[in-house]
Amino acid sequence: MSTKIPVQNIDPQDASTAKVKTVELYEARKKIYVKEITGVFQKVRSFSLWFLMGMYFLFCWVSVDGQQLVLFDLPNRKFHIFGATFWPQDFVLLSWLLIICAFGLFFITTLFGRVWCGYTCPQTVWTFIFMWLEERIEGSRNQRMKLDQASMNKQKALKKAAKHASWLFVAFATGLTFVGYFYPIRELVPDFFTFDISSGWAYFWIAFFTLATYINAGWMREQVCLYMCPYARFQSVMFDKDTLVVSYDLNRGEPRGSRKRSADPKEVGLGDCVDCGMCVQVCPTGIDIRDGLQYECIGCALCIDACDSVMEKMEYPKGLISYTTEQKLEGKDSKLLRPRTIGYGLALVIMMSAFAFKLGTRLPVELDVIRDRGALFQTNAKGYIENAYTLQLMNMSDQVRTFIISVEGMDGISISGKSEFTLEPSEVRSIPMAIEAKPNALTERNHDIVFKAQAVDDASVKIESESRFLGPAPVKF
Amino acid sequence: MTSFWTGWISFIVLGSIFGCAWLLWVTRKSQKFDTETEQTMGHSFDGIEEYDNPLPRWWLVLFMGTIVFGLGYLVFYPGLGSYKGVFGWTSANQWEAEVKKAEETYAPIFAKLAATPIEELAKDENAMKIGQRLFANNCAVCHGSTAHGATGFPNLTDNDWLYGGSPEKIKETITSGRNGSAMRAWKDEIGEEGVKQVANYVRLLSGQEGVDEAMAAKGADIFAANCVVCHGQDGKGSHDMGAPNLTDGIWLYGGTQNIVEATIRNGRGGIMPSFKDQLGEERIHLLAAYIYSLSHR
Repeated sequence: MSTKIPVQNIDPQDASTAKVKTVELYEARKKIYVKEITGVFQKVRSFSLWFLMGMYFLFCWVSVDGQQLVLFDLPNRKFHIFGATFWPQDFVLLSWLLIICAFGLFFITTLFGRVWCGYTCPQTVWTFIFMWLEERIEGSRNQRMKLDQASMNKQKALKKAAKHASWLFVAFATGLTFVGYFYPIRELVPDFFTFDISSGWAYFWIAFFTLATYINAGWMREQVCLYMCPYARFQSVMFDKDTLVVSYDLNRGEPRGSRKRSADPKEVGLGDCVDCGMCVQVCPTGIDIRDGLQYECIGCALCIDACDSVMEKMEYPKGLISYTTEQKLEGKDSKLLRPRTIGYGLALVIMMSAFAFKLGTRLPVELDVIRDRGALFQTNAKGYIENAYTLQLMNMSDQVRTFIISVEGMDGISISGKSEFTLEPSEVRSIPMAIEAKPNALTERNHDIVFKAQAVDDASVKIESESRFLGPAPVKF
Repeated sequence: MTSFWTGWISFIVLGSIFGCAWLLWVTRKSQKFDTETEQTMGHSFDGIEEYDNPLPRWWLVLFMGTIVFGLGYLVFYPGLGSYKGVFGWTSANQWEAEVKKAEETYAPIFAKLAATPIEELAKDENAMKIGQRLFANNCAVCHGSTAHGATGFPNLTDNDWLYGGSPEKIKETITSGRNGSAMRAWKDEIGEEGVKQVANYVRLLSGQEGVDEAMAAKGADIFAANCVVCHGQDGKGSHDMGAPNLTDGIWLYGGTQNIVEATIRNGRGGIMPSFKDQLGEERIHLLAAYIYSLSHR
């Protein structure tokens, strides 16, 4: 590519020539007035963003058989997700899920660039709704700029108050909904308004998330992407020349400049870029895409919509700014399948299958066996050798279940006493259990034995746990 | 804590804090805050140079804040040897406060359970789950988690009782404990031969096979002269004395000839400790119900 974008030189000056000179490193934020734009990508974006937000607000209200479909029940240490109950011992699944999500993100990013940022990131979603409210209340970009410059009057105060009130309302709904994923929302909402929530922490977290949402989406906005989000910082590692990025076609656009609509750009010696600045005005992070790919770019494609609308007016072909790859810009073929995408894809498929397998074969029962520490063994009234154990039986399902306990591993071994237990949903029961064996059945000082728990109603729900049976040294003849 | 260690700890803690304050003070630059120079320290690595800038003001203020916080903390909380702090906070009284809080939560539950008669409570499955937990924490060490007992520790599930198995008696046993040392050593009084004879008689009483009948007959006389005071004419024992029933084949220490001899020869002295102070009235009530339930299933 012959035409490189001129970059401003910000290298420190030669120390020998520069005397002590002071520079400001902490620059105040320049407020960005984002112009609302309509277009193909904005439509896709708003569909995706409204959809995600709708999911967030409505999902916690979905209940099946009186059980909230998604509920992270922290006090009881149980996570209910789509009818499955996850226990603390399933925590390893969560870490795998997060690893899979991370790989999914890498995979998508190598293929399509930062579509996550532009279309699905919560920061984008809430900033989008806040900006939408701002536009409805304070008006268009120019009206907003004028309003900010105007001195305070009744109308300005009214508009500002309305805007912040609407922001706070959305933020509060967000906070309340968020807590509703941890505290049954059908109880939370009425309890909140009657000041009847048992835990003061619920109030704290609602206030916290309300404030955090308000500050993040209302005031911080692009600063979160620019200064706080780590994802933006390592995009360069995940991008290659075949990654789809929002890019400005330098060859076609430069040299830029304004011209009459009727003028033929070739005659005036200009490229297709009319330098209208629309792409800058619509950018939520306030960058100029014509400076090339920047880490600030969240790939939202609003500049594509803006540029296309201008190109249409100028009756130039669309796509001066477009989703393209570096290869295509250089006039080469771009491939979707590359070692990197195949690698990520393969890793994803393997991990997802393993995860699905693990999830599918997960049993809603757990059995731990603890041998009594007090005595090794004893002789009972029948003259049998007896060992005592404490069984920890967990019914991790959402239904009442009866389990039959059995023990195997050596001849003549049996449970002394009850062996059938009915457990409530998600009950953890400690069961003291004596195991007896005929003295002549003992061939060793200790035997490996296996405890089994089997659900009566479902043959697939069974679990084993190993332990040992101790006895006196066997009599040798 | 000796005054030496108090002094030493105070010296280290305060020395560190004031040392940090001093360091912060002397390294703070007199330049205007928030403006930076382009002057470097002269260090360079891979073209990366270190600027000679003061700490940003917010950063400095944060550091100073931690120093103020640290000193304030030392006034209110213990951190200087034996100085207890204005609040008099200790981990022990924090524990006590938590116990108190737990008591407040559970007291109504236990009060309700304690008001229920033991026979009825023994049938309440949920109460028995709590009872089982109490048993596992307090009794299982000796009696085993299954309550089947062990040598010297009675089996609580067989409905054979040394001191009686009525709800009141069980409660009494847990509350006050039992001093079961009444079985004294007999070897000096009845002699080694007498010990063997009585042992044979006792084994006969419990219906064991292979007993030396001649020895047992002699033993019967010695038994009648010495043992009936506690174990009774018929050897059925006495709940008042805590004397075991010798006719039922249930043995606290074992029923073989050797063991019975040893019991007679040297005596036995098992002690059930009192749980009054440890558990309190209400928990003992619940525990008694659980133990009662074990032999009344």
